[in-house]
Amino acid sequence: MSKQVVQLNRVVIRFAGDSGDGMQLTGDRFTSETAGLGNDLSTLPDFPAEIRAPAGTIGGVSAFQLAFADHDITTPGDVPNVLVAMNPAALKANIKDLPRGADLIVNTDEFGKRALEKVGYETNPLEDGSLDQFNVHAVALTSQTVEALKAFDVSKKEAERAKNMYALGLLSWLYSRGHQGTRAFLEKKFASKPDILAANLAAFEAGWSFGETTESFSVQYEVAPAHMPAGVYRNIAGNPALAFGLVAASQKSGLPLFLGGYPITPASDILHELSKHKRFGVVTFQAEDEIAGIGSALGAAYGGALAVTTTSGPGIALKSEAIGLAVSLELPLVIVDVQRGGPSTGLPTKTEQSDLLQAMFGRNGESPVPIVAPKSPSDCFFAAIEAARIAIEYRTPVFLLSDGYLANGSEPWLVPDADSLPTIDPGFATARNHVAADGSEEFWPYLRDPQTLARAWAVPGTPGLEHRIGGLEKADGTGNISYDPENHDTMVRLRQAKVDAIAASIPLLEVDDPDGDARILVLGWGSTFGPIGAACEITRRTGAKVAQAHLRHLNPFPANLGTVLASYDRVIVPEMNLGQLTMLLRAKYLVDVQGINQVRGMPFKSTELVAAIGDALETL
Amino acid sequence: MTATLPSLTLVPKADSPQSAKDFKSDQEVRWCPGCGDYAVLAAVQGFLPELGLRRENIVFVSGIGCSSRFPYYMNTYGMHSIHGRAPAIATGLAVTRPDLSVWVVTGDGDSLSIGGNHLIHALRRNVNLKILLFNNRIYGLTKGQYSPTSEQGKITKSTPQGSLDYAFNPVSLALGAEATFVARTIDSDRKHLTEVLRQAAAHEGTALVEIYQNCNIFNDGAFEPLKDSDTRDDVTMRLVHGEPIRFGKDLEKAVIRTDDGHITVADVAEVGEDAILRHDAHAKDPGLAFALSRLSNPRTLENTPIGVFRDIERPSYDRLVRDQVADVTAREGVGELQSLLTGSDTWTVN
Repeated sequence: MSKQVVQLNRVVIRFAGDSGDGMQLTGDRFTSETAGLGNDLSTLPDFPAEIRAPAGTIGGVSAFQLAFADHDITTPGDVPNVLVAMNPAALKANIKDLPRGADLIVNTDEFGKRALEKVGYETNPLEDGSLDQFNVHAVALTSQTVEALKAFDVSKKEAERAKNMYALGLLSWLYSRGHQGTRAFLEKKFASKPDILAANLAAFEAGWSFGETTESFSVQYEVAPAHMPAGVYRNIAGNPALAFGLVAASQKSGLPLFLGGYPITPASDILHELSKHKRFGVVTFQAEDEIAGIGSALGAAYGGALAVTTTSGPGIALKSEAIGLAVSLELPLVIVDVQRGGPSTGLPTKTEQSDLLQAMFGRNGESPVPIVAPKSPSDCFFAAIEAARIAIEYRTPVFLLSDGYLANGSEPWLVPDADSLPTIDPGFATARNHVAADGSEEFWPYLRDPQTLARAWAVPGTPGLEHRIGGLEKADGTGNISYDPENHDTMVRLRQAKVDAIAASIPLLEVDDPDGDARILVLGWGSTFGPIGAACEITRRTGAKVAQAHLRHLNPFPANLGTVLASYDRVIVPEMNLGQLTMLLRAKYLVDVQGINQVRGMPFKSTELVAAIGDALETL
Repeated sequence: MTATLPSLTLVPKADSPQSAKDFKSDQEVRWCPGCGDYAVLAAVQGFLPELGLRRENIVFVSGIGCSSRFPYYMNTYGMHSIHGRAPAIATGLAVTRPDLSVWVVTGDGDSLSIGGNHLIHALRRNVNLKILLFNNRIYGLTKGQYSPTSEQGKITKSTPQGSLDYAFNPVSLALGAEATFVARTIDSDRKHLTEVLRQAAAHEGTALVEIYQNCNIFNDGAFEPLKDSDTRDDVTMRLVHGEPIRFGKDLEKAVIRTDDGHITVADVAEVGEDAILRHDAHAKDPGLAFALSRLSNPRTLENTPIGVFRDIERPSYDRLVRDQVADVTAREGVGELQSLLTGSDTWTVN
């Protein structure tokens, strides 16, 4: 029986259920099939910090949102067109985001009296008319799954657990997604459990067949492939992209990759990913604490490795002293901060951009550290290479500021040509570099390159260049301990000048201003790129003029930033913090930058930014 | 010959014989006159030529404190890092550079207070590090506060009525962390110190050497009973693997096992020579070594064992790390960047 097929250009689906319902897996599988069909897409996983939060509670709801389209998109969507709610908690937690007329697929089996009471429903929303404005598809997902698996050698509990595959099958039919990828995935995942594999496959097929036959769904949808540049694509999330970037930087610099880290949400996946790639010579060291994570990395850097430590905000707080040591030693080190909600333990699984000032200033003394921030999940790859380049070429710790949204969100990625990635030259010192007054040759570890101000980097094992470095102030050039006041003043200024000099090696800030006469500039950094881009596009469709620019380098800023800021009547900066970039820009450029700030643990919705831009335009 | 020691097989050997002078840097030594650190520095500089390693392949890493200035005075590679973190830093270096001989120099405050965590984890992992723990039972560089090894009741600037903390015994702590090599020696006993360094250098994995070191400014004479020629033989128990544990001026005292399974110090005349325990530094079980470490009186230093408590074989962490990388590479081939980036789940846009 074939149904009417309707073409759509953009769909936003949200899967929501208990933490143990497998919603992240369901979302990942749907994403993978969608990517394979050539749609552009963007995802937003949103889950609690608890591994198995109390079942059936609002706090335990785990959701996965996916936007896919036949055109270029940059956000996972503000509001879903379809909500899959596996229980009353999932319904209650998400229904407020659902627009009138949206499709709502509800697992009716979970809407018993106790489950409803648990989340404060006094009447059953499926029966009391409160959902009349939606297109409700009441489906007994659990019992239909169990019924479909009657003939299989699995327990009732195991059969019930396959309900997410039933839901995936149904959604896959509804949006004309394929079977093959999910089939291959399940075959691999349950290779050693043939009964479970058969049950999951059957649940998926049953969900698909249900869609075909039920009268609840009168139409099937298709979304045509997006027009994207030619090439080979894969889907990628920010954390693996970042890990690949580090491997690439290792290969391109010829330095072995060493990661010293301590598990912390949402950064642990980088440690997990890199631990799989030992055949690239990668060493991952799960240290006893955050301090040992960076300490071991610093030791590896001293030995000539591409050294990395990965963490989130609370871990940076613990590493601060060692970062100061890296500044003083002037050794390459990539410090990855996958930002999450703070302060303190804060919101471990939610996103925020509130570590910018910690990265800038969170150390004792004058302690400048360059900062690079990726703008999208796939950009984490290139940002990691850039952070490594600066670290190696300038002999300095570098912050790579990702965030929880970038880390877990995913998007299609035009796979880069490995050969075309630029090489990084460590330029190790191999010979003595100074002639003493008596004519003898010496090695001065703090003799600098006149252009970059990078110091000579000699690794242990290099004969004749034996030297000692440490956290005490060093004499300019020789690196010997020095408490001389003038020397300290010189060294403090030299370290700052070296970081400032990095600006000469980074691209100028580009502004996207289609007509070239916008009076208002929206400036962002990090993961706000997607929502800001979408908001500017929507604003421009109304005929209004707005310019957009995005900072990849937060320290130092691109050389033309001051000029760019001065050429607009109004500059607004959306940030997921209370105005940290805004503060830096105001301090440095004396420009009356206006912040748009939210700290809700979620990315901006483009509609919120459209409204804020609209307000700014009105008051110009 | 020494470069074929298990811990040093991968470290290149020097082309020509070395002398202590080769290991002295051009930096002025800035410890207080009379400090025990001088003796340790001289002993290390005097011993290293024996190993015959290339100087550029030796690294000293230290934390913060008086003893942690040590690397500046060694004409090798070196890093004077931050308080307590030297074992962590040295771990990253040793794991990535098997061609280096990596030494950690630390003090009782550095390694047992602020850096206690890193010390125990380095010991349990058995990273190929030689840790020289200078124990003077006082904070010197901050001018005289009690340390985690100070005896209870110690009057210091921060404890005018006496310290209340119960002290760490570094040897007991290291044995509790199942360190594979644990020894104790004394700054002023050059011969004994050198012999312990010799055994530590040969050991694959972490070697912890506690060195009783005199701070003549803030805690002078802390180990005097072990040094004074009138008392030292009476209180010092010299541990030698395979030998009966006897001490005293006339070797009249010995360690024996009691009926309830513990060990104690007894008069040889009373118990007879057959009852004397033989020291077994190679025993897999750290129990006896631990029991020996508990015999000494922390206040009077009576019954203080020195020498190698424990020296057992267990693969070093860094060797295991390298083996795993090699195994995976042998099985799956050297990684190829393009295939990593491309992965297995792709689609093509024309």
